[in-house]
Amino acid sequence: MADGVVLLDTYFSMFGMRARLALAEKGIEYEYKEENLGDKSPVLLEMNPVHKKIPVLIHNGKPICESLIIVQYIDEVWKDNSPLLPSDPYQKAQARFWADFVDKKVYDAGTRMWTTKGDELETAKKDFIEALKLLEAELGEKPYFGGENFGFVDVALITYSSWFFTYETCGNFSVEEHCPKLMEWVKRCMKKESVSKSLADPKKIYDFVLFLKKKRGFE
Amino acid sequence: MEKNNKNNKENVKVVGFWVSPFVHRVRWALKMKGIKKYEYIEEDIYNKSSLLSEINPVYGKVPVLVHNGKPLSESSIILEYIDQVWNDDFAPPLLPRDPYQRAQTRFWAKFADQKVLESAWMVLCSEGEKQERAVKEATEALEKLEEKLKSGNSIFFGGDTIGYLDLMIGFVSYLYPVWEEVASVKILDALKFPALVAWQSNFLNHELIAGEYLPPRAEAVAYFRWRRSELIPVYNRMY
Repeated sequence: MADGVVLLDTYFSMFGMRARLALAEKGIEYEYKEENLGDKSPVLLEMNPVHKKIPVLIHNGKPICESLIIVQYIDEVWKDNSPLLPSDPYQKAQARFWADFVDKKVYDAGTRMWTTKGDELETAKKDFIEALKLLEAELGEKPYFGGENFGFVDVALITYSSWFFTYETCGNFSVEEHCPKLMEWVKRCMKKESVSKSLADPKKIYDFVLFLKKKRGFE
Repeated sequence: MEKNNKNNKENVKVVGFWVSPFVHRVRWALKMKGIKKYEYIEEDIYNKSSLLSEINPVYGKVPVLVHNGKPLSESSIILEYIDQVWNDDFAPPLLPRDPYQRAQTRFWAKFADQKVLESAWMVLCSEGEKQERAVKEATEALEKLEEKLKSGNSIFFGGDTIGYLDLMIGFVSYLYPVWEEVASVKILDALKFPALVAWQSNFLNHELIAGEYLPPRAEAVAYFRWRRSELIPVYNRMY
């Protein structure tokens, strides 16, 4: 193991998947610990006392929290292989901007799609598609958001693709229909081993969401 | 002799709004790097110009930094950009160089916005039971910040001098008391938060800040009184 790397995570979390993906991209061996969020481990509570959330990366005994902060940390420490962020300051800032956009706009709308119904659900769907369209425009004709190479924004967004099936089923729509170029990008990313092995199975995610919906009375 | 002579040849513009804490962060960061000659454009955010939709098409918000014609938005991202571009003997680093320390700094900056600022804003824009709940959350957020400051064993979040985290938390020094006054609550008091209260005046009085760019208190109070009256009914419907 590279200097003691541990990841506290849950299988279904698109945030946790980002950490897994960054570690895979860099070829870093680590210990994976699946957390039960209904019964959080003492390690998790000790390592993330502020938010008590996953993912938490523990490197040489020291915790790093928040998925995009973890990915940047991984990129800065293991800087000699597969750089995720560009070195040019302006391009780096743009990459951070779009990763932040994913969290601000895609996450919120996506969550609303499986936790609401009726008019609220329709609004969530509209917001979700709008956000994806902006991202699709930003991608343009590039193979990846990072240009020729898989980069930071690719890591930030691709993990959400494992949740697309859930969103599409709850919202009764197709991402491909609205954003065909984005779906091409998803397929391109999924060909990478680091991506396919880091993302959770979309059907399993959907089953999990159905379970959550029942449990929380969202039907 | 003027610091950073080469930087004065570069074209820097900041688009802002007089009372926005996000804008103040950017102006302080530029000042810390010795960048004083830039065009500041005051935007009326309630009557947005076409410039803003041009340089920030995604959000249409301030601040926007335009450097050599290229626009950047989101204050935390702008600050990291400023830190990267201007770093030489005359420009002190805003963020630590060590990756672990950087990760911690970024974590607490995010906490400051998502928990400290958000909860204080909710206190400002609510009343009754909703406000009581918001006060509780705001208190909890400040407690964590107080602990963080104490554990660092230094007067600033950045150590012996001001850094990125102090700039990001800067709003606590001058806006927080304004919002408390408008909302008729007192959360950040010296008994419960001795380190933070000391930090407030150390930050405002620091030679690099010296209260610069800050709105006159009476005007800020009037502005936020208006925002509170506008937003209470809106948030009542939403939350």
